[in-house]
Amino acid sequence: MSELVRIENLKVYYPVRSGFFNRITDNIKAVDDVSFTIEAGQTYGLVGESGSGKTTIGKSLVGLENPTSGKILFEGQEVTQIKQKKAINYNKDVQMVFQDSQSSLNPRKTIGEIIAEPLKSFGVPNKIGAGYGGERSFEQSKVDERVLELLDIVGLPARTISQYPFQFSGGQRQRIGVARALATNPRLIVADEPVSALDLSVQAQVLNFMKKIQRDYAISFLFISHDLGVVKYMTNNIAIMHNGRFVELGTTEDIFNDASHIYTKRLLSAIPSLDVSQREAKRVYRKKVEAEFTQHQDTYYQQDGKRLRAYDLQQVTKTHFVALENGGV
Amino acid sequence: MKEKLLDAKDVSVAFKIAGEYQTALHKVNLSINRGEVLALVGESGSGKSTFAMSVMGLHNPEQTQVTGSIKLNDNELIGLTERQFDKYRGVSVGMIFQDPLSSLNPLMKIGDQIAEAITVHDKQSKEVKNRVQQLLLDVGIVDAKRVSQQYPHELSGGMRQRVMIAIALANEPDLIIADEPTTALDATIQAQILDLIKEIQLKKNAGILLITHDLGVVAEMADSVNVMYAGQIVEQASVEELFNNPKHPYTRSLLRADPSDVNPGEDLYAIPGTVPALNDMDHSKDLFLQRVPWLNDEVVNAPVSEELQKVNAQHYVRGNVWKTFEFEEPVNNEEQV
Repeated sequence: MSELVRIENLKVYYPVRSGFFNRITDNIKAVDDVSFTIEAGQTYGLVGESGSGKTTIGKSLVGLENPTSGKILFEGQEVTQIKQKKAINYNKDVQMVFQDSQSSLNPRKTIGEIIAEPLKSFGVPNKIGAGYGGERSFEQSKVDERVLELLDIVGLPARTISQYPFQFSGGQRQRIGVARALATNPRLIVADEPVSALDLSVQAQVLNFMKKIQRDYAISFLFISHDLGVVKYMTNNIAIMHNGRFVELGTTEDIFNDASHIYTKRLLSAIPSLDVSQREAKRVYRKKVEAEFTQHQDTYYQQDGKRLRAYDLQQVTKTHFVALENGGV
Repeated sequence: MKEKLLDAKDVSVAFKIAGEYQTALHKVNLSINRGEVLALVGESGSGKSTFAMSVMGLHNPEQTQVTGSIKLNDNELIGLTERQFDKYRGVSVGMIFQDPLSSLNPLMKIGDQIAEAITVHDKQSKEVKNRVQQLLLDVGIVDAKRVSQQYPHELSGGMRQRVMIAIALANEPDLIIADEPTTALDATIQAQILDLIKEIQLKKNAGILLITHDLGVVAEMADSVNVMYAGQIVEQASVEELFNNPKHPYTRSLLRADPSDVNPGEDLYAIPGTVPALNDMDHSKDLFLQRVPWLNDEVVNAPVSEELQKVNAQHYVRGNVWKTFEFEEPVNNEEQV
C-alpha cells in the first residue's frame, strides 16, 4: 500500500474579532491539530456531527480553505497553501463531490458544459484513469469526446449532454457530479455527504457506482458522512471527529468492533437498528452511554473554555488510536 | 380493548395539473388505535405526506380532490370547511414537521409561540404561562424559563425540534402526526428526539402517525407499518412481521438496499428505474413490478385486486407476486479480477 495524502497537525482557525479596533480576540478552532494518512485506492471515512469540522478538513484538502498551520502532503509534495497547490496543478488530482447536487450544478449550464469545465481548465488526459500525468489536450473535439465517455461511465445517455440539471432526479444529478469530478483523472475524490439527500434505492446506485470507479481506476476517497451505516459499508479506515479534534481513529473493524472513546460509543449506539427484538435493549444501552457521556466528561475531555477538547490520540494497537489521557488503560 | 382513533377508508387524492386531475394517492385504507405508533414508509413521491396532509386538511381545495373517508374519533374530516377544520388542527391533531426552523416564526419568542397554540385561555394569563413552562419541561428542556424568552435562531436544531413537539402537545392531542421528525438532525439528536416522542406517547396514550423514509426509524418506533409505493399501500404489517417476514417485492428490495449489514465486498441491491410520473400511474397494476427487470410482461401488467391479500392476521400484501417472488442471483460485478 502506498501513501497518497498525508495530513500533519492540520489546524484551521477562524478569528473572532471584537472591540474598538476590531482586533482578533479569540479563535474558533474548526480543526484543531489533526493528522491522518489516506492510502492510494482506499476509502477514508471522516465521521462526526454537524459542526465537528469534517467538512473543513475536506475543504482544506481541495483548496477551498487555507489552513492556519500544519501540512498537507500529496505524494510527498507539500500542497498546504493554495499557491503550492497551483504550482503542481494539484487540483486536477483532487476533486470534490458535494452533498447537494441541486446547488452544486449550475442551473443555467447544460450537463455537457458542466462536465467539460474541468477539462477546459486542465486539458483532456489521454485515457480515463490511466497515466495520471501524461499528455493533455485542449482541443474542443477531444473535450466533447471525453464528456460522452464520462456520461457513459456514469450510466447516462448521450442526449444528456444538452439537457439541464433540473431535468434530472437527485440520483442522476449526483452521478453527474461524480462524472465532473472524474473528468480530470483525479487520484482522490473528496465526497462530502454524497448520498445523504438521496432515497435508499438511489443511494444504493450511487454507492455501488463509487465502489466501481474505485475498483476500475484505483481512486481514493475521503468519504465525509454522519451516517455510520453507509460509512461502515464504504470505508477502510475511519476517523471520528468531535469539536475539531479526532477522538478515535482506526480501521473500520477497530471502530465498529472495538470502540473505546465514549463519543464513538455514543455515535454507534444512536444508529437505529433494523432488529426489532433489540429495540428495548438498545434504548437502555443508549441511555447508559448518554449518562456516561454527560457525567464523566473529565475522563474523556480536557476543559477548554466552554468547549470539550479531546485529549491527544494514544496508540492502542498498530492501527487503532484513541484520545484518552493514558490510552484508556 | 383497543380504541380506534383514526380510520381512513378508500382515501384518494388527485392534484390538478395542467387542467387535469392526476391521482397521487389511490384508495388508502388504514386505522390507528389509541396508544399505537403507525409508520407510513416510502420514498419521496410515494404519497405518504399527501396522506398526512389530507388528515390535517392542508390541501388546497381548488387544486385538489380528496375522496373517501377519514374519521377521527368517529367524526368525518373529509369535506370539512377551513373553519370546521380549525376545531381539529392543533387541538385533536398535533403536528411535528421535518424542518423546525421554517415551521417556527423567527420573530416570535419561543414562549409566545407555544402560548399561541394553547387555545383556551388569554395569552397573558398566569395559567397559560405555567402551562408553557410545563410543556417545555415535558419535552426535556430543563431551562424552561430562559428558553421561553429566546428566539428560534438562538436554539440548536435538536432544541428547536423539542419546541415543535411542545407546540404539538399543547392541547393534549389524541393524534400526533410526525412528518420526518428527525430527518434533519444528527444521529445522536435523532435518537434523543425519538426516545422523547416515544416517552410522551406512552405517557399520554396518544396515537402517532409517523411518516418517514428511514427504515431504522421505523424499526425503533413503530408498532405497525404501512409501506407505500406510487400512491398505494403495498404492505401492511406489525413491525415484527414486516422486518422478520417481509413479503412485497418493494419492501424486500428496500431492506436489501440498506447498506448497514452488507459485506463491503458485495454490491448493494440498487432498485433500477424510478417511480413513475403522476400521469403515468395505472393503479390497477402493481406499479413496483416495472422495476423488477427479471419479471416477464405478463406478470408486470397483470391486474391486481384492490384488496390487500392476507398473509396472516397481522400481515397484508398487495397482489400475488409475493408468493413466488425471488431475487435473481446477484450479478457478479467483479467481472474478471
